[in-house]
Parts: sequence; C-alpha cells; structure tokens
Amino acid sequence: MIGGWLAAFVLIAPMVSAGATTLAHATPRLQARLSLVGAFVLLAVSVALLVVVLRDGMVVLQSGNWAAPFGITFAVDNLGAVMTVIAAITGAACLTFGLGETGEAERRAWFHPLSHVLLVGVCGAFLTGDLFNLYVWFEVMLIASFGLMTVGGTKAQIDGAVKYVALNLVATLIFLLAIALIYGLTGTLNFADIARSVPAVSNVGLLTAAATLLMAAFGMKAAVFPLFFWLPAAYHTPLVSVSAVFAGLLTKVGVYALIRAFTLLFTHDPEWTHTLLLWVAGLTMVTGVLGAAAQSEMRRILSWHIISQIGYMVMGLALATPLGLIGSVFYLVHHIIVKANLFLIAGVAARLTGSMELKRIGGLYRSAPWLGVLFFIPAFSLAGFPPLSGFWAKLVLVRAALEIGSWWIAAAALVTGLLTIYSMTKIWAEAFWKPHPAGEAAARPLAEAPAAMLAPIAALAAGTVVIGLFAQPFYVVAEGAAQQLLDPASYIAAVLGGAR
Amino acid sequence: MSSLILRAGTRLLAPMMLLFSVFLLWRGHNLPGGGFIGGLVATSAIALQGIAFGPASMRRTLVFAPATIAGAGVLIATFAALPAALAGLPFFTGLWLKLDLGDGAVLPLSTPLLFDIGVYFTVIGGVCALIAALEEEPALEDQDMGG
Repeated sequence: MIGGWLAAFVLIAPMVSAGATTLAHATPRLQARLSLVGAFVLLAVSVALLVVVLRDGMVVLQSGNWAAPFGITFAVDNLGAVMTVIAAITGAACLTFGLGETGEAERRAWFHPLSHVLLVGVCGAFLTGDLFNLYVWFEVMLIASFGLMTVGGTKAQIDGAVKYVALNLVATLIFLLAIALIYGLTGTLNFADIARSVPAVSNVGLLTAAATLLMAAFGMKAAVFPLFFWLPAAYHTPLVSVSAVFAGLLTKVGVYALIRAFTLLFTHDPEWTHTLLLWVAGLTMVTGVLGAAAQSEMRRILSWHIISQIGYMVMGLALATPLGLIGSVFYLVHHIIVKANLFLIAGVAARLTGSMELKRIGGLYRSAPWLGVLFFIPAFSLAGFPPLSGFWAKLVLVRAALEIGSWWIAAAALVTGLLTIYSMTKIWAEAFWKPHPAGEAAARPLAEAPAAMLAPIAALAAGTVVIGLFAQPFYVVAEGAAQQLLDPASYIAAVLGGAR
Repeated sequence: MSSLILRAGTRLLAPMMLLFSVFLLWRGHNLPGGGFIGGLVATSAIALQGIAFGPASMRRTLVFAPATIAGAGVLIATFAALPAALAGLPFFTGLWLKLDLGDGAVLPLSTPLLFDIGVYFTVIGGVCALIAALEEEPALEDQDMGG
C-alpha cells in the first residue's frame, strides 16, 4: 500500500510541478523556485520508492483499484525503481543548470512546465506494467520533447525538431501496429498477462513478427543501428539543459523498453530476436563511434557517442545471461549520469569560449583548469578508464560476452572503447589544450559561468567517481535487477497473483 | 473579421455552446461525453467569440490567462487521484459522495467527475493558449506594420 502510493507520487509530483509552474507563468522567480522544489521532491520520492523496492521486493499498484489485467497496472521492480531515481537526478541537475542558462524568452516558451511533463512521461514509462500505457507515456514524453526542442525558436532548432517529430511519429506508428498485433494474438496488453499468454500462442510466426516490430519501434526510440539517423540531426540544436536531459534520458527509455520486452514478454524465439539484437548492438557500437570520429562540433560528437553507448546496453540484453543483464543495468545508470554531464560541460565550455565548434574555440585549460578536471572525469569514464564508473560497466559486459564465447562482440566493445578515447582526446586537445584562435583573452575564466551551471556538473562528476570507487553496492542492486528480469514467473505472480 | 451576421450569430450560439459543454461534461461519466470533449466544445464557443469580436474579447471572456486555467485544470485533475489515499485505496480509485436532496433524489458527486472537471479546464486553457498565440502573434504584426 505504502509502496503503491509512493509509485503514484512519482507521477503525481512532476504533474503537480507542471501545473504549479504553469500557474506561476507570470511570476518568473516563483516559477523557477517551484520548478526546482518540484524536481527535488521527485528525487526524494523516487529514492524512497527505490528503498521500499529494495527492502520489500516488487511494488505493484493497480490504479483505480481495478484488478489486473483489466485496469492499468504499475509494476515497479529494481530496474524500474533505479531508472526512476536516475531520471529524477538528471531532471534535478538539468533544471538547476537551466536556471543559469535560460532567460526570459525561454521561460515564456514554457521551459519549466514542459520539463516536468517530460519527467512525468519518462517516470511513467519506467513504472508502467501495461503495453498500451507505455505507449501513452511515450507520447507524453514526445509531446513535451517537441515543445522543449524548439525553446529558443531558432531556424536550426525548428529544422531539428521537424526531423525529430517526423521520424518519431513513424516509430509511434510501428509501435501501435505491434500493439494491435499483440492484442490480437494474446487478447491482453498487461505485461504480466502477455508474458503468461505468449507460450500458448499457436501462430508463432506472427508473434515473432510482432516482437520484431516492437523491437524496431523501441530501437528507433533508443537510436540503434540502422534506425539512429534522427538523433544526430536533432540533439545539437536545443538549449544545453534540454539536450542534456534528452541525451541522458530519452534514448534510455527506448533501451529500458527493449529490456522489458525481451526479458519479460518475448523470450519464445531467442534464436531470432536475441541474435538480431546482438548484431544490432555490435553495429550500433561501431557505427556510433566512427560517426563521432568524423564530427568537429562538441554536441555532435557527444550525440554520436550516445549511439555507440546504446550498443553496449543492448549487447548485455542480447547476451541474455545474468552477467550480461547486470552489465546492461549498470551501464544504463553509469551512462545517463556521464552523458548528461558531458552535455552540460559542453554547454559551459561553449559559454566560456563562444562556440560549440571545436575549430573556433580553445585555451580552456589555461583559463579554466577546473573545468578540465570536471571534463576529464565523465570523458574518461565514458571511454572506460579505471577506476571510473564506465570501467566496471564495460568490464562486466566484456566478461559476459567472453563467458558465452561471443568473441566478436567482446572485440567490438573493446575497439569501440579505444575509439571513444580518440574522440574524447580530440575534444580535450581542441577545446582545452590548443590556444583560442581569437587570442588568449577569448577564453573566459570559470568564475564567469553561473554557479547554477557548475553545481550540477560537480555533483554529477562526484556521482561518477562514487560509482567507480564504491562499485560494489551498485553492482548488488544491478544484480538484483538482473535476477528479477530473468525470472518472469515472479513478475507475473506479483502482478496477477493479488495486489499489494 | 467584421461581419454583422457572424457577430449576431455568435451572441446567440456561444452561450448555448457553453451550456452544452457543461452538459457534456456532466453526463460524461457513464454516457458519451466527458471533460475532454466538453472542453473542446467550450473552446469552440470561445474561439467563435474570438473570430467574431477579436482576440481581445476572447481574453475578456476567459477572465484568467489561458495558462492559469490550464495549470489549475492540471492541478484539479491530479487532486482527484488523492482522496483514495484517505480511504486506504489505491491511486485513482473512484469515490462517490451521494448527497441526499430529499424526496428520494440523490446527487452523486465523484472523484471521476472532479477529474473530468480538471480535464475540462486543461483543454480550455491549453487550446485557448494555442488559439491566442496564433491569433495575436505580436512579432509578425510589428513587421507587417514596419514593412
């Protein structure tokens, strides 16, 4: 009961924040305060939910007191709870950063209410136990993100947003098509009920087709090979705080949905689905990192790296071993924090030097050495240097691959890590090391960036170091999540065998 | 647009549309209707007012800024999910308060109705904000006057 209401409050908190910041639209200072308080309330509630889930096991909420599979079920396991906490952390960090970045114009363009609506959608997607409800949360998320992408209203932003809208609508249509097929085959859309009905479906070919469609839809949202092309076209245009939230969270919702679908719902034909996922994972890693090597604008480089990193998360899922899934979950947590932070740092670097374009900037190491330190932590964590968080994530995944003898995917993962260092070194050499092309004075000292922009960067960097140095407790949580994912029977029992 | 026929017609139609929207909202729990469709009908009445008498009169009709109405609507709808907590029931469980009006007449008030009222205001506020943004567009008007 307590757990159920905590799960509900994870949705209620950002909803109330969205309403309250809309009401306070005419009073900027009040709106910013409400927005920030809302973000931290969400963080507190989601941490409480995680504590309850870790202590008492899965939390199941039958909303409206309609028993599953008739009502909308929310089912929170370790993975869902962990993802909600990470979403709340990212939200709080980026909204704080936004205080330093956004001005009157952005506020009038609904930056705060839309950010909270986005958080409602993301958290809802992590908590729901119903396929159609998942679609609804995807839509909530997308509608908010369409608005957020164009905050600022420049030509490049609208161009990026149009591509983003068009390609995401295609993914949405495919998703709906898959839902219709699955409903036709199993007669239900409740996750647990689908999982229970799948073994009894006689038309296995059609079922696999529906599963593959779902894979395409989620894969497009997650930006895997060959469906990633919308991401580099759009992510370098919005406000930095917006693109950091997108980079941290949106594609990961797609990865989360893939993990949910291919551990709980569709494990009937792993020869096809999981082999396909493994190929997709390998190609995603390699194309992403090669794409990044060709870029010379900071946010474009980082956007391509999102794609290559998505490959690692899908790889753990495709291996479908306990160690592989532990790696995926660990990677998700590590990646969201690191990636959001790199976008924020790029924002500060651009603010101090005047551009995101590597050719036009430089001299940051001389003018703002501490920013160099703050960049070093997430950048080398992304590349997988010990003892930072990315090292453990990659170590677990590579071991998982070697354990079942998938040499080529392990090799792809290692080569991708190596090429990631190349890109990070490029940003380091161009933005930090070389002198600013417009003279030394063109690179401003760190003190000129507002504290609201630096505090979240420092906090996220500290998080990366903590995950790296004290990896054990995080590993244990990820292990618990992986065990639950590999045990669909207990998920089904928790949802259908009586609500708590 | 300045048309005598439209203005006279609007004076007649808009109040009826508003009444009809409340009717739709009221019956929507068990019959076709509800907060969303009711809100859209109310918005079309207000939009008609805006077309006939200009955007300024639309704002006068609304009294509050569209954003305020939408924000209040979201809060009302979210609030409707909460009374279930006091009753020890899950999130969003529908609760009914049956007021006895005497003579055997019962007025059932419920949290789903409250939710629908929230949706009603959210739709009115949200769509009116869109219409106002399209109708007014201050930046473009300035350019037109300058050019």
